[in-house]
Amino acid sequence: MENKFDKKSVGIVVPKTAEIKHSLSLDCGKVLEKFSLVFETYGKLNKEKSNAILICHALSGDHHAAGYHSNDDKKPGWWDSCIGPGKPFDTNKFFIVSLNNLGGCMGSTGPNTTNIETGIEYGPDFPIVTVNDWVNSQKLLADFLEIEKWACVVGGSLGGMQALQWAISYPDKIKNSIIVAAAAKLSAQNIAFNEVARQAIITDPEFHDGHYNKFGVIPKRGLSIARMLGHITYLSDDSMRQKFGRDLREGKLHFGYDVDFQVESYLRYQAQAFVDRFDANTYLLMTKALDYFDPAKDHGGELFKAFKNTESKFLVISFTSDWRFSPAKSHEIVKALLKARKNVSYAEIEANQGHDAFLMPIPHYFNVLRNFMENL
Amino acid sequence: MNRRDFKIISEWIKKESTVLDLGCGDSTLLNYLVASKDINGYGLEKDIEKVQESIKKDISVIQADFNVGLEQYFENNFFDYAIMTQALQENKNPDRIILEMLRVAKEGIVTFPNMGFWKNRFQLGFLGRMPISKSLPNNWFDTPNIHLCTFEDFERLCRDLKIKIIEKKVLNNSYSTNFFLKLFPNLFGEIALYRFEKTN
Repeated sequence: MENKFDKKSVGIVVPKTAEIKHSLSLDCGKVLEKFSLVFETYGKLNKEKSNAILICHALSGDHHAAGYHSNDDKKPGWWDSCIGPGKPFDTNKFFIVSLNNLGGCMGSTGPNTTNIETGIEYGPDFPIVTVNDWVNSQKLLADFLEIEKWACVVGGSLGGMQALQWAISYPDKIKNSIIVAAAAKLSAQNIAFNEVARQAIITDPEFHDGHYNKFGVIPKRGLSIARMLGHITYLSDDSMRQKFGRDLREGKLHFGYDVDFQVESYLRYQAQAFVDRFDANTYLLMTKALDYFDPAKDHGGELFKAFKNTESKFLVISFTSDWRFSPAKSHEIVKALLKARKNVSYAEIEANQGHDAFLMPIPHYFNVLRNFMENL
Repeated sequence: MNRRDFKIISEWIKKESTVLDLGCGDSTLLNYLVASKDINGYGLEKDIEKVQESIKKDISVIQADFNVGLEQYFENNFFDYAIMTQALQENKNPDRIILEMLRVAKEGIVTFPNMGFWKNRFQLGFLGRMPISKSLPNNWFDTPNIHLCTFEDFERLCRDLKIKIIEKKVLNNSYSTNFFLKLFPNLFGEIALYRFEKTN
């Protein structure tokens, strides 16, 4: 298909599926005998196979990071601003792999796929997977693609946790690790937000203990509330004030409980769009993966010890107005990497968009990424 | 790269040592030391544009104000050397920074302009004006320099803090030296480099 999009777009992309015929032991004790991962690639793998970059997605992300699936697509992939010819992750130079994680709902084996052993959909019986499990599954994807070593593994938020875990789990399989707006473990406040989101879903009468598909319904109220809550925490007070202020949607108050303010309308719209594309069981599972992540746990709570064997170079980035994954969480990572005497750079980007900033084409942020990638 | 101060610093430090540059700017010095002495260099820099340039040079740089960054990130005796070029006088607490440098590193190296340089003395003493010169280019109201000192003042502070000066080099503003400068450094020197350590 012709690329009708601009020169900086990777154009039309076609997702592929990797059938992994290798068993995977999960942290929860269960074993997946085989599984599939849906992924996209952008750019070309060089002869030496030395230019491969793995993109790890965040809570609600998927494999579609750049380009378009059809000429009718209104929106490109979720990190299109960063991936493409001449962009920080330059497809003229790098071969970029982006997957939908195990337990996801966009085609990879997960709650909304069929369990080959039982012949029925996993639903809530899909095992809870961890960041560590994801990294192990991504290693099997690398084997499938015959990529011996990643030039770089990169991710924001929950994706940053995966980039960090890669450096710990497979020190000699990753040359660089870029960790954006992430944390080495969640704070109690952060876990609390996740718990409210889960409770919203679980207590929705249409959740049916996770078997909603059997009943032909979806817990859309719960999933909506979870998404609204999440959305508020991804923005900053400042950015919400700028975006909506106290603007009224119809110029007057209605003295009722329908939408008065623009911000209400925005949240409802975002929630509806999310319910239409995302699976509730996957949402529950992803939030648990966030909560459980704590690589220091096996090292007596000493993060620097977890980094002892890492060989990669690190770039850590945070955003000043991000309170969900605040700069202080990045400082912890940087401090531990320094204590372990690792090669690390850290940039704290002035931005008022909150946690969402990691998805925005902020010039200083992109310059840092670009300059770092130039040295790969 | 032919800066005399860089050369002196490079001569002072050991091969393959671990070096921190406080306020590393675009990491020109660290880059020079990587090339000349194969050091393991880290920079602290608060300006994002300079951080970008450092990353471009493939130098490990941490974006932070070094007044907080030193305490926040670094363990005792982490480095062989902590260097601060032309920034001592911009600090709120130069004495505290010097002690912090010697907490994180075995040796400290600083460079700073000499308030006691004869032209500065002349401007203040005879013209009654705050000095402006090549090494002190700003007006009193827009200068970043809040704690200017003379070489003599710095050496007194080191004595008070029980810091031993290992080496000292005094230069004029074109980073060279001459006979008068060696004879009366506090009068004819414009810029000094000091290497120092703790005395126990």
